[in-house]
Amino acid sequence: MADPASPVEIGRRRMLCTLADGACVLLVRPAQATPEDLAAAIRELFGERPIRPGRVHLEVPRLAENGNIVPVTVTVESPMTEQDYVKSIHLFAESNPQPRIVDVELGPYNGQPRISTRVRVAVSQHLRAVAVMSDGSLWSAAVEVEVTVGGCAP
Amino acid sequence: MSAFGKAWVRVADNARRGKPVEIRAMIIHPQESGFRLDNVGQPIPRHIVDTFICTYGGKQVFRAKLHPAMSTNPYFVFYVMANGSDDLVFTWTDDRGEQAAHTVRLEVSD
Repeated sequence: MADPASPVEIGRRRMLCTLADGACVLLVRPAQATPEDLAAAIRELFGERPIRPGRVHLEVPRLAENGNIVPVTVTVESPMTEQDYVKSIHLFAESNPQPRIVDVELGPYNGQPRISTRVRVAVSQHLRAVAVMSDGSLWSAAVEVEVTVGGCAP
Repeated sequence: MSAFGKAWVRVADNARRGKPVEIRAMIIHPQESGFRLDNVGQPIPRHIVDTFICTYGGKQVFRAKLHPAMSTNPYFVFYVMANGSDDLVFTWTDDRGEQAAHTVRLEVSD
């Protein structure tokens, strides 16, 4: 008679658990990006250029009731002159199915380095904004947003 | 058939030369992310507005590349330096090549 704690039994259980974990990961995988996906998306856009924290302010409600419509405002510290302006602003979600949200091109003709929009936030996570300046420097800010009902859900 | 609905644009009516003027622009569009399932479990195909451009006097002053994480009825608030009365033309393009456009006259006072 087989001892319930025999190595064979444990081996089988472990294998089942591992398979189940694997299945979970496979199921969850397409629905949620990881911080690595975010890093890859950032690398794809900016290469290995250094991104410094600062000069970017990201306003997002701390608690968003509806993840389908989360208001976001990005303000960048810039004089917006011909010599010194914000070239672009990029918004990312760390744990959405895809990390990129929107890429906006600006210039001195905007006068005010500020944009607002509405985005989908699938689960509670960090949102990140990166600003590219006319001198080529990159600045960034991140905020945590908690959602009660996630956006992008099936 | 185009998925675009009505465009809604508001421009501050007190634009003064040399000052930034606030512009709010929204378009009706499902902005279907491609990640949702229909009621029989089939994925709903992605259908999003992926480009939004605003020109002022024919010159591009705002351009956005949108991804599926943008909400239904994409909405933007941005600023333009008022330097003369001219047309603001807003153009939205979706990933099926459909377009919607809207023109607003920006009246600038000195």
